[in-house]
Parts: sequence; structure tokens; C-alpha cells
Amino acid sequence: MQEKEIYERLDEVFRDVFDDDELTVSAETTADDIDDWDSLSHITLITAVEDEFGIRFKMGEVSGMKNVGEMVDIIKERAK
Amino acid sequence: MMKELNYPFDSALLLKKKRSLRRALISDGRPRIKKKIAVLGGSTANEIADMTELFLLNNGIEPEFYLSEYNRWWQDAVFGNEELDGFAPDIVFIHTSSRNIVEFPDIKKDPADADRLLSAELERFGTAWSGIKKRYACPIIQNNFEQPYFRIMGNRDFYDKRGRVNFVNRLNSAFAEYAESAEGFYINDINYLSACYGLDKWSDPSYWHMYKYALCVPAIPDFAYNLASIIKSVYGKNKKALALDLDNTLWGGVVGDDGVEGIEIGQETHMGQVYAEFQKYLGLVRDSGVLLTVCSKNDEENALAGLNHPSGSLRPDDFIIIKANWDNKDRNIAAIARELNIGEDAIVFIDDNPAERAIVSAQLPDVAVPEIGAPEDYIRRIDRSHFFETTAFSADDLKRGEMYKQNAARAAEQAQFTDYGEYLDSLEMTAVIDDFLPIYLARITQLTNKSNQFNLTTRRFTESEMKAVYEDDGYIRLYGSLDDKFGENGIVSVVIGKINGDTLDIILWLMSCRVLKREMEYAMLDSLVDRAKARGLKTLTGYYYPTPKNNMVRELYKDFGFELISRDEHNNTVWRLELDTYVPKTSHIKIERND
Repeated sequence: MQEKEIYERLDEVFRDVFDDDELTVSAETTADDIDDWDSLSHITLITAVEDEFGIRFKMGEVSGMKNVGEMVDIIKERAK
Repeated sequence: MMKELNYPFDSALLLKKKRSLRRALISDGRPRIKKKIAVLGGSTANEIADMTELFLLNNGIEPEFYLSEYNRWWQDAVFGNEELDGFAPDIVFIHTSSRNIVEFPDIKKDPADADRLLSAELERFGTAWSGIKKRYACPIIQNNFEQPYFRIMGNRDFYDKRGRVNFVNRLNSAFAEYAESAEGFYINDINYLSACYGLDKWSDPSYWHMYKYALCVPAIPDFAYNLASIIKSVYGKNKKALALDLDNTLWGGVVGDDGVEGIEIGQETHMGQVYAEFQKYLGLVRDSGVLLTVCSKNDEENALAGLNHPSGSLRPDDFIIIKANWDNKDRNIAAIARELNIGEDAIVFIDDNPAERAIVSAQLPDVAVPEIGAPEDYIRRIDRSHFFETTAFSADDLKRGEMYKQNAARAAEQAQFTDYGEYLDSLEMTAVIDDFLPIYLARITQLTNKSNQFNLTTRRFTESEMKAVYEDDGYIRLYGSLDDKFGENGIVSVVIGKINGDTLDIILWLMSCRVLKREMEYAMLDSLVDRAKARGLKTLTGYYYPTPKNNMVRELYKDFGFELISRDEHNNTVWRLELDTYVPKTSHIKIERND
């Protein structure tokens, strides 16, 4: 899957989860950049991303993710 | 109703879009009752509260949540805390799971040691339940336990007392035993729910270790739907009747085209078996007190022939109303609601044809119209929708169908009389009107919570609250049951007055619509006046609070001879009756007391 397509689909997921139609994310985006991105909405977000791409993150991956770019790397590797 | 929230729902979509869905529900302007729900969790419950909120909003309840601090459920239940006390919950939900079992049996010890641990665990929960009861006197919803996600002894875990599976099953049995006799105590059956969902997925340990969720997050919408079903049932928001299509719904094929010998039902074909099982299921639903009706595009003669097919188990007699004609189905369903005197929101319409479902949904937005899938899905789709979740079950539920039939016989009788008084006399009515009795509290509460039309204040009570009223000398309480020559109606009316100086404030006055125009309301008033006088009171004060459903009693107090005292900007009215000049009104009902 192309990175461009992954980011487009991620934008949609972020917009739904944070209920903000203007949101766009990049490789550098972190929880600090989005107001409502706290530990509780993080769970919702991870679950929604998993559903969108039909993958499951491993526990170690979820705790280790530093920014959206790392999330995209995992998706690129695993999603068909 | 928001379609996204009807079963079967897309769980991933609900989780993802919960914020915008909530926004849309909150701003739709539909009337809702507000309820405060305290969630005492042994694991994270935030997402559970969010999802439960969506399902409740969709069913006319606006919840406000209190969430206990992480794993402080037991302390909160037993000792309370300032915030929770101030919150004053209407319902407490104890969200525990097998993760919260303090000590499982030790395989190195004697099996008898498991008994000790079982008692200890039950005592711990028992203390929490009695703490809540004492502190908040409100209904409790308690999870039972999901199966453990590993089995040290394999299959032996089930029958060896030291096995975890054995321990969990014994705890669940003990919870069931407690729930059976306790009032206002309901089990959220996560043992069943997790089995439906798939235990391996449900218990995915990563959700526990990362977020302290006792179940996987994608299962939370199913969990919340189940929980919300209990809450809406406690507040009287269950459905009451099924309106069923016939062709390709109760049997395969079209009876008008294929003839009664051509329709598929019975053991001869695979599809025939599916329809036969569905009819059996509907028979069981009917036995539980749900009213069955037919809504089918058919000639009545053909419909009846199909329902008399020897391999089917439902008969024309099992249906209170059969609408088999060529009118639009929405019109027939509206007529069914009118004839049964129930709201359109109490009806579930079952039809295999998506076009018919679409018309009914569009024309009658309050009617529940489930997507029922293929015939082999029908039972599960209806069952999992929890339309008829039974939190209270009284003897009247078993007889309800019979009672509605008797009403049809009364209507036929009425047609023979020109004078309405003569008709009433011919019914040979006897009412029992008296103070509440403990055995009737369940039925009184149930009737109170589901009466919408003939209900002056639409005040709802939990069983615990009703019990408190029953035990308080500051109230005058009446229930009324009505029998006549066609049969028994059971308890049909409830009145509660609170003594306030020398007047009686009537905080609740309601009656089942199946005894409308029978003078039963006069009989209740006569009895109320007698009792108020006996307590030395001078006046009765009546209140009418308008809702979208209770317009029929807007002028009731006026008809009773009360004087209008005030009317506010919401058209809430207050009425007064002087007792010393009151003349009894009942002339066609014999009134007795229970003894």
C-alpha cells in the first residue's frame, strides 16, 4: 500500500475519532498536537486504525509508537 | 431511532464515530428522562459508559455517569465517598469480571478449601450489595463472571473444585440464586455475552495489560447494548407487541399463490424446519406476555388457512389482532396500536421484505423495524435485539394475551347495548381496591413504569422506591384490580398520595388503558376520598404534567369535580377537591377490599 493512501485513510479515521473534519496528520504528528488525544481516546484510535486496515498491533508496538510515522511504518508492512 | 444503533450494529463504526453520533442524538430534540448511573468498576469502564450512553439516548433515556476510580468499586460500594453520595445515583452498575476474583482455589490444597474461598468471595460481593442498598436504596446491576481464559487442568477444570472454570461456575450459580430473590437486583450476563462474542477474542489479554479493560474494546458495543437493555427495561421502555408478516416470514412461499399445501413449513424440507422453529420461538415469546399480531398483505381467508397449516405451531387464536388486507402496512400497524391502546413505540414489525420495512420505518419512525436477515437469522436477530428484556415478571404477564382477547369479547357485547350504563351493568364488574400488598409490589412497579397514556404525573419508581413508599405512613396508597364476567384484568390502577398538612398531594395516578371507560377511575376516586377522610384530611390536590402521550387525562381532574388552582407556562396544572361535599361517583362496579 502506498504511503499516500495510508495517510488519506488515517486522516479519515482521525477525523471520525476526534470529531474534527479539518484534521490532517503527518509522520511527525504526536498526541501533543491534538487536543483530545489522551490515553482514553488513544484506545479508541488504535482500535479504529486496526479496524480500518484489518490489522492488529502487537502490544509492544502500541506502547512503543512515538508518532504517526511509526504507526504508518507498521501499517505499510502488515496491511494488504 | 438512530439506525446505526439498532441491532445488528457495526461496532467498529460506533466506536469510531461515538462523538458525532452523540452530538446528533443530543440535538435531535426528542424527549428523554434523565437518569444518574454510577459505574463501580473493577476495570476500566470509560468506553463502556460512552457506548451505553449512545444506546440509552437512542431509547429515550439521558444518562449522567459517575465512574469510580480505578478498582475502587468495593470501597465505593461499602463506604461510599463524598462525590458519589452527592451524585445520588438512580442505578448502580458493578462492573466486575473474573479479573476481579481475589483468590482462585489452589491446586496444591484440599478441594474443600475451594468452598472457603467461594464463601469469602460471595461475602465480599454481598457486603458491597448491602452497602449500596443501605446507602443509595437504588437498583443494582451486577456483572456475573465470564469463563476464565485458561484451564490449568484442561477439561477437568470444569468438575474439579480446584479448577477455575468450576469456581467461576459456582460463583455464577450463587449470583443467580441471590438475584432470584433480591428486589431491584439485576445480573448483566457477561458469561452468556462473552460466549456469543467468542471468549478468546473477548478475553484478549493485551486490552487488560495495556488499558485494564476486562474485555476487548471491539466487544464493548455488544456489552453496552446488553447493559442498556437492562436499564431501559427497568425504566419501562420495553416493547409490548410484535406485528408479523406472514408470507416468507412465518412460512416459506406465498399462500395466496401457492395454496396452503404449497407453503413451506414443517419437517419435510430444510427451510420448512427453519420456519417451524421460528413459529415455536414466537409461541414462547407470546407465553412470556408479548402480544402477537399479524400485519400481512393477503386475503384474510388465505392468511387464516396458512395459520391453520397442520405443521405450523401458531394458530389464528394465538394472535390478538389479524390484519390481513391490502392496505399499506403502516396504516395497519397504526390501527393495531390504536386497537391495543399501546404506543407505536411499543411495536416491533417483522417482515422479510425490505421494501415493506422501509415504508413502515419512514411512515412510523417510532415503530421498531429490525433488519431480520435470512429466515435462519430471524430468531437470533429478534432475540439479540432485547426488545422484550424481562427485568420484572409478574403473573399478569402470563395472562396478558388472554386479557386482550377478553377485551375483544367485551367490545362485541357492547355492540348489543344502546345504553352504556346497561352495558356496564351487564359486565358484572367487581373491583378490589386497597392499600398495597408486598406480593403486588412488583406488578405495581411494573405498571407504574410502563403506563404512559392514562398517567397524570408519569412519575417512575424503582422497586426499592416503591417499597419505601409502601413502608412510609405518610402516604395513602391504592391499587385496584378489576374482574368481570369475561375474566380477570388483574391490577389495572395505582394511586399514591402524600399527606401534606390537611391535604393529600396526589403524586401518582395511573390506569391501564385496557379498562378505559369502565368507571374504574371513579371507583379509585371514591376509595381515595374515603381513606383521606378517615385520616382527617380536608382536600385532595391533583397534578397534571403534560407529556407527548398523556393528553387523554388532561381534563381528568375537571371531570372528577376538582377545581383548577393554577396553570404554569408548560401547561402543568394543579387541581383541588374539597372532601366534605364529595358525592361518590361509582354506580356500576361492586367495590371490595382484600382480606
